Amino acid sequence: MHGTLEHEVDERVANPAINLDHLRALEAESIHILREVVAEFARPVMLYSIGKDSSVLLRLAQKAFYPGPIPFPLLHIDTTYKFREMIEFRDRYTAEVGARLIVHTNREAIDEGTQPFAVGTQRCCGLLKTKALLDALQQGEFDAAFGGARRDEERSRAKERIFSLRDARGQWDPKRQRPELWHLLNSRIRPGESIRVFPLSNWTEIDVWHYIHAERIPVVPLYFARERDVLVRGHSLIVPEQPFVPLLPGERLERVKCRMRSLGCSPCTGAVRSDADTVPKIIRELVAAKHSERQLRVIDHDQDGSMELKKREGYF
Amino acid sequence: MSGLLRICTAGSVDDGKSTLIGRLLYDSRGVYEDQVRSVQAASHNRGAGPIDFSLFTDGLRAEREQGITIDVAYRYFATARRKFILADTPGHEQYTRNMATGASTSDVAILLVDARHGIREQTRRHARIAQLLGIASFVLAVNKMDLVDFDRGAFEQCRDEFAKLVEGATVHAIPISALDGDNVIVASERTPWFRGPGLLPYLETVDVAGRAERAAFRLPVQLVLRPTHDFRGYAGRIASGTIRPGDRLTAWPSGVSTRVARIATWDGDLDRASAGMSVTLVLEDEIDVSRGDVLATDVIEVGRRFSADVVWMDERPLNPGRPYLLKHTTRVVAAELDQPLALNDIGRVAVTTASPLVFDSYADNRSTGSFVLIDPATNFTAGAGMIAEALPEETSDAAYLSGAERIARAARAATSDAEAVEAVRRLVEEILR
Repeated sequence: MHGTLEHEVDERVANPAINLDHLRALEAESIHILREVVAEFARPVMLYSIGKDSSVLLRLAQKAFYPGPIPFPLLHIDTTYKFREMIEFRDRYTAEVGARLIVHTNREAIDEGTQPFAVGTQRCCGLLKTKALLDALQQGEFDAAFGGARRDEERSRAKERIFSLRDARGQWDPKRQRPELWHLLNSRIRPGESIRVFPLSNWTEIDVWHYIHAERIPVVPLYFARERDVLVRGHSLIVPEQPFVPLLPGERLERVKCRMRSLGCSPCTGAVRSDADTVPKIIRELVAAKHSERQLRVIDHDQDGSMELKKREGYF
Repeated sequence: MSGLLRICTAGSVDDGKSTLIGRLLYDSRGVYEDQVRSVQAASHNRGAGPIDFSLFTDGLRAEREQGITIDVAYRYFATARRKFILADTPGHEQYTRNMATGASTSDVAILLVDARHGIREQTRRHARIAQLLGIASFVLAVNKMDLVDFDRGAFEQCRDEFAKLVEGATVHAIPISALDGDNVIVASERTPWFRGPGLLPYLETVDVAGRAERAAFRLPVQLVLRPTHDFRGYAGRIASGTIRPGDRLTAWPSGVSTRVARIATWDGDLDRASAGMSVTLVLEDEIDVSRGDVLATDVIEVGRRFSADVVWMDERPLNPGRPYLLKHTTRVVAAELDQPLALNDIGRVAVTTASPLVFDSYADNRSTGSFVLIDPATNFTAGAGMIAEALPEETSDAAYLSGAERIARAARAATSDAEAVEAVRRLVEEILR
């Protein structure tokens, strides 16, 4: 009985054609959120991380304001350690869409030699992501920032509101969250405060891929499996793009067919062994997957509840 | 049958709600293996059994330390038949507002009771809130049946008592053991006397379709899109009903009518759009429509006074002497209420708004019948309201605030000078209009 159920789940979930009804409902809800923010905030911005969720968010923004242009800029926080293919994709795709792109880097920290092996992952993320993000939001005087986070990603994100209020330092207080009823979003903020907005709150990883497939949305080629030269470290496959990634004794590059399940900085994002080189194959692989997507992100595991701590400090 | 079902769950502390949800997620494979491992490690540290299913759902550190659920958490899972969005709401009484939050977007409520204790005050309260928020379909999960030796009498007593509690609603009662999995996914051999479907098979097939789709057409305007001089579209999410090009529409509160010229979307023009869809309507005539107006195919209530059931969610009690900001569809107005309410109180109040709203009763329409109240001093979402009926406008001088008094109040309610200036400017314009 149980085996049969699992089989049915796999067939249903792996087949994008029968999920359209559900996807259209999610799409309509997300568009409603995008429009509400543009109507009620003075200076919105969309955080653009180049990943699959950002690609979906961008498509939703195109739809929400059609036939007009996207009425806010995109902001990419560039740690300078992103994969080369990500940056190429970013520049090509945002130009194609006709979006205005702002790129911000914490130059000072980079010049001081900040990198994960020198200062540790926590401090590196703190300076190159959290601080860079807060500085960029402040410089742009943005009062609302869209992000692609989903509630299914991690335990503390399951409790995040669609409108997440942040104080003047970008910090999240889980005990001060405003109730959100129906689809009535409270846009009131005080000077200095801002909100983070999560239009994909109710989407799952599989929904995102189904939508990418149904809508034929371009994504970074790193998501698709091919032979790559990697360092094999336990279950983690590291693509050594940065010169500072140290080679351990006896270690050498191996050619492995693999892909990225989630995109981040190259030193801290592992690839997974995979043969999935098309979107339907990725969906099938995910349905059969035994590991959730953030497992290979080193930064989520540095301590218990570490995502909640990062969010309190101002991270998305 | 809709491919998406929204559910909320409620129960008293220790009824085993988190365990039940953990099992639904685990058995329908919404939980991946590394999350299972991190939970197993945590269970081990706290000296619990092999897998504590509640750790899947209690996301925040404070909750894990105190062993209770203090905020609404959203969970996602899918089966062969449907996708589910589940709002897991806490059982603690001081967090009643979260129950209202979870129920506000749900089609079905699952209420858990402990078979040993039967229906308690907490269950009555949750049932009342859920019903008030428009839930017409309940699942009563009588849990811990293993602890009463799967006694049929204990189950039926709970079932009958609950059915009386929510008269008019559909109730499906199920005897379960969340810990052991009885009647959660597959029928239990330990309850041969129970014939109904188990929890998941029931949720997969329950019909909650289309109340909103069959109702009259309503589109609260979110944005007016004017990218070029020859395009003017009204963007919004259809609250109810269906619309086609050529249909006659009236803009409220102005009452001016025209026809739909196009339903414009990025994917091309549509020949039909219905409840839940986000669209942009192009109208045949240039009429004056702005954000906050409602496009409708029939006559709709327009007024400044109505009665409503309000759930108060703020530690600062509702003060009838103070103006609040009321957000209804896409419109925010100043409003006053005539009754005091304290945290977790639910009461029928009379609401007077500074400018007219375009509304339906909540029983007729969940979108155009609901509102939230925002405290202008703290910006907290302090109350949630469901409109009961329109009230006659009071015409005596005592009931109407003088223009000067309204301006003074608006200025006092502002949180900054700039806001006060803007509020006064808007009020003066409105009074002079």
